[in-house]
Amino acid sequence: MSSKNPVRTAPHFVAEVDEGGLGAVDAVRVSDRKSNLWLDAWRDLRGRWMFWVSAVFILFIVFVALFPTVFTQVPPNDGCILTVQNETQAAELGVPVGTVISDHGPLPGHPLGFTRQGCDVFSRIVHGTGTSLSVGLIVTVIVAVMGIALGAFAGYFGGWIDSFLMRIGDIFFAIPYILAAVVIMSMFLADRNILIISLAIGFFAWPSTARILRSEVLRVKQLDYVMASEAIGVSKLRTMFSHVMPNSLAPVIIISTVGLAGAITAEATLSFLGVGLPANIFMSWGNDIAQAQQSLRTAPQVLIYPSIALSFTVLAFILLGETVRDALDPKARATR
Amino acid sequence: MRITRIAAAAGGIALASALVLTGCASDNGGTGGGGSSTGVVSVAWGEPENPLIPANTNEVNGGLVLNNMFAGLVYYKADGSWDLDAAESIESDDYKTWTIKLKEGQTFTDGTPVTSSSFVDAWQWAASDPALLNQWWFIDAIAFEGGTYDGGEDTLALDVVDDLTFTVELAQPRADFPVALGYTVFFPLPESFYDDPEAFGDAPVGNGPYKLSEEGWQHGESLNLVPNDDYSGPRKAENGGLNFKVYGTLDAAYADLVSDNVDVIESVPTNSLSNFKSDLGDRAVEQGSAVFQSFTINYNLEHFADDEEGKLRRAALSHAINREEITSVIFQGTRTPAEEFTSPVIAGFDPGAIEGSDVLTYDPELAKELWAQADAISPWEGTFQLAYNADGDHQSWVDATVNSIKNSLGIDAVGLPYPDFAGLRTEVNDRTIKAAFRTGWQFDFPSQANILGALYVTGSGSNDADYSNENFDTLFREGLAAPTLDEQNEFFNQAQGQLFEDLPAIPLWYGSVTAGYSTLVEDVEYGWDSWPILYQVTKAE
Amino acid sequence: MFWYIIRRLLQGIPVFLGSTFLIFSMVFLVPGNPVLRMFGDRTPSPEQIAALEAKFHLDQPFLVRYFIYLGDVFQGNLGTTYAGQSVNEILARTFPTTLRLALLAVLIQLIVGVLAGLISGLRKGGIFDHAALIVTLLLISIPVFVLAFVAQWFFGIQLGWFRPTVGSGAPWSDLILPAIVLAALNMAYVVRLTRASVIETSQNDFVRMAYGKGLSRRRVIPVHILRNSMIPVTTNLAADFGILIVGATVTEGIFNVPGVGNELFKAINRHDTPEIVSIVTILVIVYVFVNLLIDLLYGVLDPRIRYVK
Repeated sequence: MSSKNPVRTAPHFVAEVDEGGLGAVDAVRVSDRKSNLWLDAWRDLRGRWMFWVSAVFILFIVFVALFPTVFTQVPPNDGCILTVQNETQAAELGVPVGTVISDHGPLPGHPLGFTRQGCDVFSRIVHGTGTSLSVGLIVTVIVAVMGIALGAFAGYFGGWIDSFLMRIGDIFFAIPYILAAVVIMSMFLADRNILIISLAIGFFAWPSTARILRSEVLRVKQLDYVMASEAIGVSKLRTMFSHVMPNSLAPVIIISTVGLAGAITAEATLSFLGVGLPANIFMSWGNDIAQAQQSLRTAPQVLIYPSIALSFTVLAFILLGETVRDALDPKARATR
Repeated sequence: MRITRIAAAAGGIALASALVLTGCASDNGGTGGGGSSTGVVSVAWGEPENPLIPANTNEVNGGLVLNNMFAGLVYYKADGSWDLDAAESIESDDYKTWTIKLKEGQTFTDGTPVTSSSFVDAWQWAASDPALLNQWWFIDAIAFEGGTYDGGEDTLALDVVDDLTFTVELAQPRADFPVALGYTVFFPLPESFYDDPEAFGDAPVGNGPYKLSEEGWQHGESLNLVPNDDYSGPRKAENGGLNFKVYGTLDAAYADLVSDNVDVIESVPTNSLSNFKSDLGDRAVEQGSAVFQSFTINYNLEHFADDEEGKLRRAALSHAINREEITSVIFQGTRTPAEEFTSPVIAGFDPGAIEGSDVLTYDPELAKELWAQADAISPWEGTFQLAYNADGDHQSWVDATVNSIKNSLGIDAVGLPYPDFAGLRTEVNDRTIKAAFRTGWQFDFPSQANILGALYVTGSGSNDADYSNENFDTLFREGLAAPTLDEQNEFFNQAQGQLFEDLPAIPLWYGSVTAGYSTLVEDVEYGWDSWPILYQVTKAE
Repeated sequence: MFWYIIRRLLQGIPVFLGSTFLIFSMVFLVPGNPVLRMFGDRTPSPEQIAALEAKFHLDQPFLVRYFIYLGDVFQGNLGTTYAGQSVNEILARTFPTTLRLALLAVLIQLIVGVLAGLISGLRKGGIFDHAALIVTLLLISIPVFVLAFVAQWFFGIQLGWFRPTVGSGAPWSDLILPAIVLAALNMAYVVRLTRASVIETSQNDFVRMAYGKGLSRRRVIPVHILRNSMIPVTTNLAADFGILIVGATVTEGIFNVPGVGNELFKAINRHDTPEIVSIVTILVIVYVFVNLLIDLLYGVLDPRIRYVK
């Protein structure tokens, strides 16, 4: 432990802490557990440059997702040509008629070049942001809701409910998500959309969240205030919602950011396996990366750019998770 | 034979190691020819989907093995012409009743003689059980004893005359019957087969140029053949045996080919098409193959009925597709734009002689005009969808095709991926599919009759569009019975003229063999059916 | 402890029934008739479809098919594929390979990940610490197939260090490259966990005491710090071992590893119900056992946790 002990100023409701030199009196040593976790975390976060870098980047990505047309006027899916066919196109692109556009490098107005189908890479990346981000967020919500609900019940009620839910979790977790995806994407063939693919990814991913929440609940429910709550006659259910759950959530929030990153890459993998979103209806980074495999050797730029977009976004979320984790963990904070 | 080459379909994962090998190809200049060729040739292969029984094998991998283990009545040469193998003669006066005589002294590798019963019993057995994948071949082609199918073990009108002679009565006169007889399903079976068909499927006993080695079939790894010294036919093995190695993906097989870990591959993976010629040099093989690819629109689809509007829209779509551009850019020139409804490697191919084949030329202006005429009859709404199975290697060309349609016609057009082949075929078969869908055909035997009869004759099995045209049916039937190939093709070309008018399927392009072989082997040739002709490959030990 | 293990093992029975039923219904829900696939682009006659459906019990109602399958399983027969191969044989063939691959991947994580985590933890805030963070995070932010292809291309083909695909018999040397790719995915977790654990352990009195006694770093680090930091890492690796057995489909495909994932993917495309259900069920069982092991490991490694009931 470093030389400084964790000293914190307790909230003071009578007068301003600084007034009358009472600060010294109010400065009590408190145990880490009983302080206001969230406020402390925020104070801590404010001072971290990694937090600001990732947060600003994520906000930027969200902006791109909401307003793609601010960044590009080129349609992502229309007017894709394999070769330059006429003078109009030739004049527009500044290359002679007959030039192969498929997998072509940058041309005026097309800063990142063209895909195998002759669509604009930059435009597809910009327009794909929304899909990839939505899949990530929706999956995260599905996983978090299912994981929290089932994990909390299992942990708090214990006994056979615990065993039952955890074994269900084992089953779900062991089912390869490629099987789940084929099943779900086949069933909803005609109306495959972002929600469906998110369901395919998320519906079988909740058990790890549930496991973590369960172990956290197991720890929290031993704590004095939970016992106290039950002792004064508050119902089990009510105790769980008002005392146990809120105090068990921190680790779930942290792994959710990693899970969000995982969901975005999972969408890419499903496209690669042929059970993703239809490429010429939904632009998505995963789709483009999967398709770019075809021309990896001849036109690596087609693979690299969407990969960079995906990697940076995923990295931003993971870094955010890392910093939030550190901020929420009093031990890590104390030793910083 | 199924058109989806199993290797490609199974390689859903395979799609892509775009990477593959630069400059790993060592150049030892081959074996120097002549000399002794006793080396065992290794062949990239996939685990067959069915037991190795002629009546139950309808995919490439099983077919290739059976073809080397059995000798049928006839065999095919590389150019698609045929010659007698086990048969001494195949004759008919009326093209309906055929008399087949076998060569003397032929035996199976278990020592039992090849007699006329070896063929007759095998065919009767195959016809008796509809659960055998190739049963329909016999039911369709051959007449029934007593006129009707009774499902028994002697339902076909086949008669054993003596030990080496038997007769076949066909359902309808066919001049090209001998051509079909080289196909896997017509191979003979030894008597031991009927004792235990299951065991036979694991270790077949044939009468061909090769037999199973001691090691035999190691499931999931390899199948090994050694030359059959008792085989006296025209396909004498020129090497010390065949080693079929199982690969999960084409990419993996190609990587091994370039590093000389396997001698012969059947197909180059799509992502290596742009570089396989530089990787392999003169060991790269590219030639036409008997594969026809198209897309089909069932007549029950709105706006595509069998009427004026449907005709206009089909023609407009055909004119809207830039086949030249897609084959050269997306397929790197390894497909040839379609010019008619069969294949350039099949005898009788002559697009110039067929009326109306100009509907296959790319003409966006005309396409737009025809589409507008159709709109005048009933206005178009919505999106044109082209369905395909995502577990094959189809997305690239489907996307390019719908983009071409979209750009030419100015309508919305998208590809509709089905996760797997079974899903797509089920909707096609149930006629519930609400989109155009990819179709194709790999010829079973080198005759135009094979594709025209199976796909477009009223009520025929694979007529996925439910096309029905009396003129076509008549011309086809007359062609079948025409005594010479030239006369036959004349009828067939007229029949194709009718197809161009109606476009029950929209021809896209012809496949080709894109393959190659290692530096260790010589005399590698690929047949009309895209299969490597393995018995003549030479390899020094 | 003993009764706890017995109880968990007994729970395996409902898990088995539940998972076979769940997977069976999932495969059942996939539209598409596998019989039609067998004919390629040719459409078979209704008689042929009917005969083949009867042959593979596809014409039976869902529950009947399920019980036919269960009946076979209780006789030790996991079913037959449409190709007529025994699923037992397929599993016997593919499972050892996947097991070896997963083992190798875990071993790589253990060596590389723990070492990197240890150095990061001991030199917290140093250049190595930051570099390790960025490299490991980059690795998890890349889709597995991209990572696999790039590794295959760079190490297998450009540098020629490894065979680009796994050869026959799947020798250990060929499995190294796919194992590295699999290990890379979980590497970030191992490094972060080890690092955090090492930092925490280093601050304990017994470590200061060890230094105080005059013990060298050479002795303190492996004996006192590392050993006491391995609890969370070990459990994570055990969990990852389970995941690797289940989820190596893509990597196995790219490197042509003749393992369970590869086989499963083909079976899914074929709609081969008995094969899919059997493979996935075996995976579930393996996973349940791995989870039991993890829970037991907690108890062994951390004396504060005891299983009483």
